[in-house]
Amino acid sequence: MPELMQFLFSGVTVGAVYALVALGFTIIYNASDVVNFAQGEFAMLGGMIAVFAVSAGMPLPLAAVVAIIVTGLIGIGLNKLAIEPARGAPVVSLIIITIGAAIFIKGATKLIFDKQLHRLPAFSGDTPIQLMGATILPQSLWVIAGAIGVFIGLWLFFTRTLIGRAVLATSNNRLAAQLVGINIKWVMTLAFSLSAAIGALAGVLITPITLTSYDVGIALALKGFAAAMLGGMGNPKGALVGGIVLGLLEAMTAGYISSQYKDAAAFIVILMVLFFMPQGLFGLKSTDRV
Amino acid sequence: MINKTLTTKALTGILALGLAGTTMAEIRIGSTLSETGPASFLGDPEAKTLRMLVDEVNAAGGINGEQIDLIMYDDAGDPNRARTFATRLIEDDEVVAIIGGTTTGTTLAIMPMVDEAEIPFISMAGAIQIIDPVQPFTFKTPHTDRMACARIFDDMQARGITTIGMISGTGGFGSSMRDQCLDIVGDYGIEVVADERYGGQDADMTPQLTNIRGKDGIQAILNPGFGQGPAIVTRNYSQLGIDLPLYQSHGVASQGFIDLAGPEAAEGVRLPGTALLVGDQLDDNDPQKSVVLDYSAAYEAEYGMPVTTFGGYAHDAFRLLVDAIERAGSTESQDIRDAIEATDGLVGTTGIYTMSPEDHLGLDISAFRMLEIRDGGWMLAD
Repeated sequence: MPELMQFLFSGVTVGAVYALVALGFTIIYNASDVVNFAQGEFAMLGGMIAVFAVSAGMPLPLAAVVAIIVTGLIGIGLNKLAIEPARGAPVVSLIIITIGAAIFIKGATKLIFDKQLHRLPAFSGDTPIQLMGATILPQSLWVIAGAIGVFIGLWLFFTRTLIGRAVLATSNNRLAAQLVGINIKWVMTLAFSLSAAIGALAGVLITPITLTSYDVGIALALKGFAAAMLGGMGNPKGALVGGIVLGLLEAMTAGYISSQYKDAAAFIVILMVLFFMPQGLFGLKSTDRV
Repeated sequence: MINKTLTTKALTGILALGLAGTTMAEIRIGSTLSETGPASFLGDPEAKTLRMLVDEVNAAGGINGEQIDLIMYDDAGDPNRARTFATRLIEDDEVVAIIGGTTTGTTLAIMPMVDEAEIPFISMAGAIQIIDPVQPFTFKTPHTDRMACARIFDDMQARGITTIGMISGTGGFGSSMRDQCLDIVGDYGIEVVADERYGGQDADMTPQLTNIRGKDGIQAILNPGFGQGPAIVTRNYSQLGIDLPLYQSHGVASQGFIDLAGPEAAEGVRLPGTALLVGDQLDDNDPQKSVVLDYSAAYEAEYGMPVTTFGGYAHDAFRLLVDAIERAGSTESQDIRDAIEATDGLVGTTGIYTMSPEDHLGLDISAFRMLEIRDGGWMLAD
């Protein structure tokens, strides 16, 4: 029983990390159908900027805010400099642009900061919380709370606000959205800045657990992408559930089958799910009117 | 067009003059290191160390009165580039010896080139394949994984540990060391009852550690790995409150590891490391003490950052070469090679080197010091 609890705690911790990154994919995807592969770099930037702000003497909360704002501005820059000029290009080209941007951000971070690994201090100390014979770190609770908080925020944003609906409308039909008076350029800028900010928040929250360096972005983006696909791309609920399920799958495989095959087992389950439910667990079936 | 030709001719002329000037009384030493790229945390301190030492030797009058001309290229960890640069060093720069090969990959790419050209080559990479079987012109300075395993198992034996669990990274370093350790563990009467793995970017290893802890009669945990993995394993080990001895590998023997894992979590962790980490704790009559302290002081004064084990490998490679040229009294590649092979008792930062035709590393496992982390710093464990 304590073993099972420990595997559950591990799975939820890792799952919440994946979910936070996966949630960052949703806004840009909903605004433009683009899967932003620079999303992992936003998380890396959040962590790295916070680390260097703290080492420059800033208190942790202020450093976190600075990291989120700066990364948000970088997100806007990415949209203005790389995505907007290629406005007419097909979605696949835009996705490739985001991959290029990811490589660029990674290289620039290496030059501006350094090549070392870094860690942020845990927000509420490192004393593990004991529960039913298993332990969980307070920082894991921060990550889980962060994932749930971002999920609720996004859900309210897309269902309860006019701007959120405008974002959905833009993705649904650009021309029609423009005709009813939605400023598409502005919606895209908003989408990139919010996604970048969510990515940075994820980076700040997870760095005390996962550590960070200039090159962690790709691995984060891939796991987050897998989680988002499993849950259903574009749906905040899918990102949250997909992330947690992926984390639990890995932890249970490592715990009960073999740590050698935990990544493989997780991906086999994802493939199976996508085979029977191509839209993911919570993805909406898209209906195109002819 | 005419202008261009003229410029080219003029440039060639200047180059020729320059070359003529340098060949007068200079020893040309070549180097190709991974100063940038994924192995830059190894290559960067190596390059800094070589530059510093060459300046030092030249300022003191050179080797046997001849100045050293160091020609250095950056292969960025790419074996193809390393091969190209090795060719350039041999054919265009006409160096008498090469120090380089930051990684096992680049070293293996350089080895056939130096063998054919018969130029002595000292590598700073870890793998045992570099010196086993022995290639006549290739030498190396760092310990092998196998020796690290042997040193750890020695220490376990001394503490009466017979049943252990292993948790290894899936990266090149972790996998290779895991294989070497499993290969020799039987010789020490130690049984591995758990063999867990983790990926290089994993965020939590508590499931693996929980399983290892649950094994009957388990007495210690060994973690071969590199990068953030060992730091996370150490943090998880402390989170779970496991009170078994935890052994890490020489791959994380740096202050950075203690900072990442946190001093509380890392308290009591043991690993095999070089004398460089504990220079001031060495016994006063330890022959390595002055070498290690001199190198640390010079490096810190020059670059304002602490020395690393990897820079120490470059220090030892350079000292081996200088010592060999001095003894050979010649700058012919063949004479230098023979002199390196005859190295006897050269004190470096990694250990004391005694080469032979059968041994092109020249270290034994006594050069590995068993270190323990105490109060956020390194202590000699024995």
